Amino acid sequence: MNKTEKVKEPDQSGEHDNFLDEPFQRRSFLKFAGAGIASAALVSAGCKTPMITASGINLGNGDFGILNMAYALEQMEAAFYSKVAANFYPGATAIEKEFLTDIRNNEIAHREWFKNVLGPKGIPALEFNFSSINFNNRESVLRTGKEIEDTGVSAYNGAGPLLKLSPFLMLAGKIVSVEARHVATIRNLLNYGDFAGSDVIDSNGLDRARMPLEVLELTGKFFKTRLIGNDLPTS
Amino acid sequence: MNIINVIEEIEKVDNDVSERLSPRRKAIKNFLNIGSKIALSAVPLALGGLFKKAYGQQLPDKILEVLNFALTLEHLEHRFYQTAINTPKLIPSGKDNIIVIRDHERSHVKFLQNTITSSGGTPVAEAKYDFTGKGMFPNVFSDYKEFLTVAQAFEDTGVSAYKGRAGDLMKSNAILKAALQIHSTEARHAAHIRFARRLAGYDPVIKPWIVGNDNTSGTPLGPIYKEEDDNTQALIKLTNINGFDLGHGDTASFDEPLEKGEVMKIVAPFFAS
Repeated sequence: MNKTEKVKEPDQSGEHDNFLDEPFQRRSFLKFAGAGIASAALVSAGCKTPMITASGINLGNGDFGILNMAYALEQMEAAFYSKVAANFYPGATAIEKEFLTDIRNNEIAHREWFKNVLGPKGIPALEFNFSSINFNNRESVLRTGKEIEDTGVSAYNGAGPLLKLSPFLMLAGKIVSVEARHVATIRNLLNYGDFAGSDVIDSNGLDRARMPLEVLELTGKFFKTRLIGNDLPTS
Repeated sequence: MNIINVIEEIEKVDNDVSERLSPRRKAIKNFLNIGSKIALSAVPLALGGLFKKAYGQQLPDKILEVLNFALTLEHLEHRFYQTAINTPKLIPSGKDNIIVIRDHERSHVKFLQNTITSSGGTPVAEAKYDFTGKGMFPNVFSDYKEFLTVAQAFEDTGVSAYKGRAGDLMKSNAILKAALQIHSTEARHAAHIRFARRLAGYDPVIKPWIVGNDNTSGTPLGPIYKEEDDNTQALIKLTNINGFDLGHGDTASFDEPLEKGEVMKIVAPFFAS
């Protein structure tokens, strides 16, 4: 990245010498935005936009690459629950319908939010392969929900430290806890009390974290187009 | 204002600044990347050691402060569940698997203690507590309904508290990652407690996620949820976003952070004075 002219030099008073080094607190995105606009001309920051090639869709690099991975996962989740809620499996209880519909709405909110945030830097609308799922079978639907939500949580946990921008870390944090609420709920619907099983929570009480390439590997079967994460950050 | 231009601009500024403020960041990142190949679960003590080596000194004070803040909350939660489990006839047997949450909170306490100690810091000691919250919840250990209300308050506060401090951990990827892993575990707990309250009929409308402010305005739980009715994230309004009717998803889809001061104010009544 090139140096920007009007970035304030940090003062020497201590470790909290610049607002950009402060923790990102609610509403301070507005402060960032204002400061960014005021500080310099808008020039391309050198980040690659997603590329569609014969072998698949390259998610890009840097923070936008990570956000595009998240956008792809949210598209997949939203599509899955939309299909579930459009025609519930036989015997779905009132609370199952209510919760699965809510989860669908939350996932659509995430998907559309990423779409608007990323704009021209975003990957296109994707298509999915849900042929392994029997949408008329409760077990099949809930097990798939558990799988994609547990993977989604681990994806956000692994991606958080790869993000360079604190506003994006905060926003990812706001989403991942909702994903964790989803999966706890689906696990409870499958097997009440299994909201945080030892298959996902280790002996230190830590949930899983996965690197982007592992996430793409695990979820690849659901995407009709191959997602390429070779330019995504790894540290 | 074009949101993409704004984000690009921030990225340019933020990268540049963070590199200059933290010139050793890259070296530390590389170092930790080697370490991350070892399972974190196997080496709880190693985390702090890595940092000592990378920095040539103890963890930055700011990070230790966050870890001790987290430990303060984990002590509170652990003692709360342990006391409940030790109280005969409080938790209906075979119900709700509260013991799993107690186990996780105990693990979090140990993990944070080990990380702080091995980084050259001093872990904050467990305090004395008043789980009635100075009389707000007088039957917390005799009425299961009240117990679950306080449990929900602690869990949702914990989720917001970790979220609120994540930005303070950005200079240490290993610690940030571990904090995020605790954060989502706490969110699972919160969802479960809320689910349990719904199933028991203690709150006929509550959901595992937070809808608006959960009608908590003016109640003891109000301060925990006061920002949760926000329907706009990074300047993007979620209500009817791109024509989609999301129901309550415009507020439920994003959880909100709490700042340290807000968290301490929320939990203050639960500390014995």
